This record gives sequence, structure tokens and C-alpha cells, in this order.
Amino acid sequence: MPLPPDQPRTLMPLPPLLHDTALIYGRYLRQSLRSRFALLFGLLMPLLYLLFFGPLLTHLPLGARGSSWQVLVPGLLLQLALFGASFAGFTIIVEKSQGVVERLRVTPAGRLALLLGRVLRDATVLLFQAVLLVLAAVAMGLRAPLPGILIGFAFVTLLAVSLASLSYALAMRVDTPQQFAPVINALTMPSMLLSGLLVPMTLAPAWLDALSRLVPLRYLVDAVRDAYVGSYATAHVLYGALVAVALAALSVTVGTRVFRTAGA
Amino acid sequence: MTIISTAGLARTFHTQHGPVEAVRGIDLTVRPGEILGLLGPNGAGKTTTLRMLTTLLRPTGGAATVAGCDLLADPVGVRRACGYVAQSGGTDPQVTAREELVTQGRLYGLTKAQAVERAEELAREMDLVELLDRRTAALSGGQRRRLDIAMALTHRPKVLFLDEPTTGLDPGSRAGLWDLVRRLRDEHGTTVFLTTHYLDEADALADRLVIVDGGTVAAEGTPGALKRTYGGSPDASLQDAFLAITGRGPAPADTAPVAV
Repeated sequence: MPLPPDQPRTLMPLPPLLHDTALIYGRYLRQSLRSRFALLFGLLMPLLYLLFFGPLLTHLPLGARGSSWQVLVPGLLLQLALFGASFAGFTIIVEKSQGVVERLRVTPAGRLALLLGRVLRDATVLLFQAVLLVLAAVAMGLRAPLPGILIGFAFVTLLAVSLASLSYALAMRVDTPQQFAPVINALTMPSMLLSGLLVPMTLAPAWLDALSRLVPLRYLVDAVRDAYVGSYATAHVLYGALVAVALAALSVTVGTRVFRTAGA
Repeated sequence: MTIISTAGLARTFHTQHGPVEAVRGIDLTVRPGEILGLLGPNGAGKTTTLRMLTTLLRPTGGAATVAGCDLLADPVGVRRACGYVAQSGGTDPQVTAREELVTQGRLYGLTKAQAVERAEELAREMDLVELLDRRTAALSGGQRRRLDIAMALTHRPKVLFLDEPTTGLDPGSRAGLWDLVRRLRDEHGTTVFLTTHYLDEADALADRLVIVDGGTVAAEGTPGALKRTYGGSPDASLQDAFLAITGRGPAPADTAPVAV
């Protein structure tokens, strides 16, 4: 072997965090792109709701401004992020058994980068799916202002980053899919029902409305619904943005802490 | 002169059934360029020790330095100085060997071009050239193990940790791997710290053995010294010595490698 035992050649034009995050992001994005099935699978559920549930709402009084599509599509977008990102951790359970997680963790790559690279990949894939969902919704009859649609994508991204971080954190702490899936199911289903994803909580009796205010996702849904009818400077949008940013900050902090210490 | 030294290194896991002391306090030193074999029955704490020394697991007690870097104070320094091959390996089955090697190079700070070049270089050294564009799932056990080691050598580490590197390999692949380990030490002065259950492997490959049992060091020395001291005579087998040290009953009559 013609190798002098010299120092590793280091040349990093980017700050280490960005450099490492970009590397991990690239690795996992290529993983997603290898499977068109995986790339589109998450779309199935919201698309089915759009096709087979959406038309039921068109003549119902939903107690909201705008068309029924302007009420339903924001919910479906966040549903996409809710389920897509919450199950992201599955891949890390597989990678733990393959030894990939430890192999990456013995390199000098930053712990935050090991998390962020994966999380940003998930956000990218979910954003791509969200765009396809909105295009399908436009074909079904959705009409909404472009800034509102873009605000909706921003909320999808923030929710995806938050839930994917938490999902990876949980997955690092458990050993089997059997321990992981029930926890995720137990959290996602109530979140979906209690946040008024499918029909607004304004239709709910007072107790249910009050209960739903304990679920962070409720604030994001209300914010995107306002944005979809062109109301941007509202209390809903403000609270939604605050909750989404706070949730993302908290989740990434939890995720990084787990990635830093995990003896998984 | 030592490249690895540990003092009272310990790890307690907290489980639902109470604390489990996987490693109770390991004291050992390794000299540069040494091939050290860590032996012990299942559950003795071998893998836990390795995972602590490679920064994967935080010790709950004691201290260690690896290549001059303190395990707790400078984990990044330790990571830069050592390579690690886990029992399970560490490659994604869907990814090609080349892509894994290039990614690995870039994780150690090489540019794209340098990483591509380094991947080729490693492939030549590890006899992987023909296999570079195969997905790792399509490699045989022996080929995949060579790839795992190539990945761990990407940054020319001073210390290479191998966790049961030949488990599951056929005899030819095992012999090839032994040659590779000796070559690494002879040509690059790489210190190799390996765990094994195969006593013939420990006998043939390691300069010195450390036998752990119940989370502490039960004995250490050259294979010859252990045979003399614990096996009763210089002609005793390493297995006699091992069984005497770990108190696992008399040696069976055959001399086949035994996974204890």
C-alpha cells in the first residue's frame, strides 16, 4: 500500500455544519430518488381524501370563508406532513441494524449535521409531494391566491422538520419497529382528529373546540386556512407561525441532543 | 509509549430490570503498532468497551485516551484518529461500494475529487476494483468485510478497531483478512484493536491478548505467556488457558475453533 500515514487532507470551503449537512442531505436524497415508489407513496392518503372526500364537502356549510377546497386542502397538506414526517424514523431503525448509524457516528461529522441532513431530505420530499397535491387540488376545483399557497408550503416545511426530528429522536431510542409504530400511531391519529384537519373545529361543540386548542397542529391548520383565503395579517397566521417556529426549534433541539448522546 | 490507555473505564446501562454493569472497570494499555486481541465470553463487555473507545458510547466511569486525545474532552480528535468496523458492518445495501467510499472520504473532509481518487486507491489496496460499481448487497461476506475495512481506513487512522471481523467468513476469507491486518501494521504502523471469539485467530494474529470476563480484565499477556501461566505448560492450547481464566469448565477434546 503506497500510503504514507499522514494526516487526513482537510479542505473545507464551507463551515463544517453546512458541509456535513449537505453531504448527509445528498446521501439521503439520492436514497429517496432511487425509489419512485417511496417518493410518491406518502401522497396516496391525502390524494384519496382529495378525490373521494373532498367532493362531499362542496355543498356543506363549513362555517369558513372561501370554497370547501380552501378549507380542505390546507388540512390535507398538513396531513401529508404529519404522517410523512412522523414515520421518517423508520429508516433509522433499519439503518441501525445495518450498522450505518454507527458508521456515520464514528466519523468526525457534526452530530447536528447527521440529524439535519436527514430532516432536510424529508422536508424536501414532503414539499415536492405537497406541490403535486396542490396541483391535483387545482384540477379538482381549488382556487387560492399564490402567496397563500406559498405560505402553506412554508408551514408544511416547518411541520415536516419538527416531526421528522422528533421521529428520528424516538427511533434512535428504540430497538424495533414494533416499539416505534404504536407510539407514532397513538400520537398522529389524535393529532389529525383534534386539529380539525378535515373539517374546521369551528363546527365542533365547545368542549371539543377547547380540547383541540391543546394540539399544536390546530394553530398551523387555522393559519394555512386563513392564508388560502388571502388573509395574511390575522391572529391565526401569527399564532400559527409562532407555534410552528417554536415547535421546530424545540424538536430540532431534542433531536440533536439525542443524536449527540445516543448510545443506540 | 502508549497509543491507547484506559483507567477504570466503565459503563452501566439502566434497564427496566435495574442497572446492568456491562463494563465494571477496564485498565489496559496498547502500544503503537501493536495488534491487540480482546477476548472474552459473550456478554463480557468486549463490544461495549470498543464502542466506548470509539466515542459511540459515553462511559459512565473512568477515563481513556486514544492517540493522545481524551475520550471525553476531545471526542472529535478520537474520531479523526481511529477507524471502526462494527460486527454488522456499516454500508447501505442499496448503495454502490464506490458511492459509500466517496461519501466516507467526504465525511473526513476530502474534496469530491480527492474522495473519488481515495476510493480508487482503497479499492486497489483492498482488492475491490472490480466490485466498485456493485451495490453492497451484491457483495459476498468476505468482499463486504473488505469494503467495511476500506471505509474505516479512508482517513489513514492511527488505530483501527475491529469488532469480530472474521465472524461468518469462510476459511479463505479469514486467512485473507489476517494477512490484511498484518500488512496494515507492518506497512503503516497501524495499531489494530480487535475482538474475536476464535482462539486460533487470537493465537495467530495478536501480539498480545486481553481477556475480559464479567466486565473486568481477567488476564493479559502474549498468547505464549497465557498458555504457560494458565494452561499449565507451554504446550497447552490457548483454549485451555482461556477456559482456566474464565472458569468455564474443562476443555473439550477437539481443537477446532470454538465460539465460546
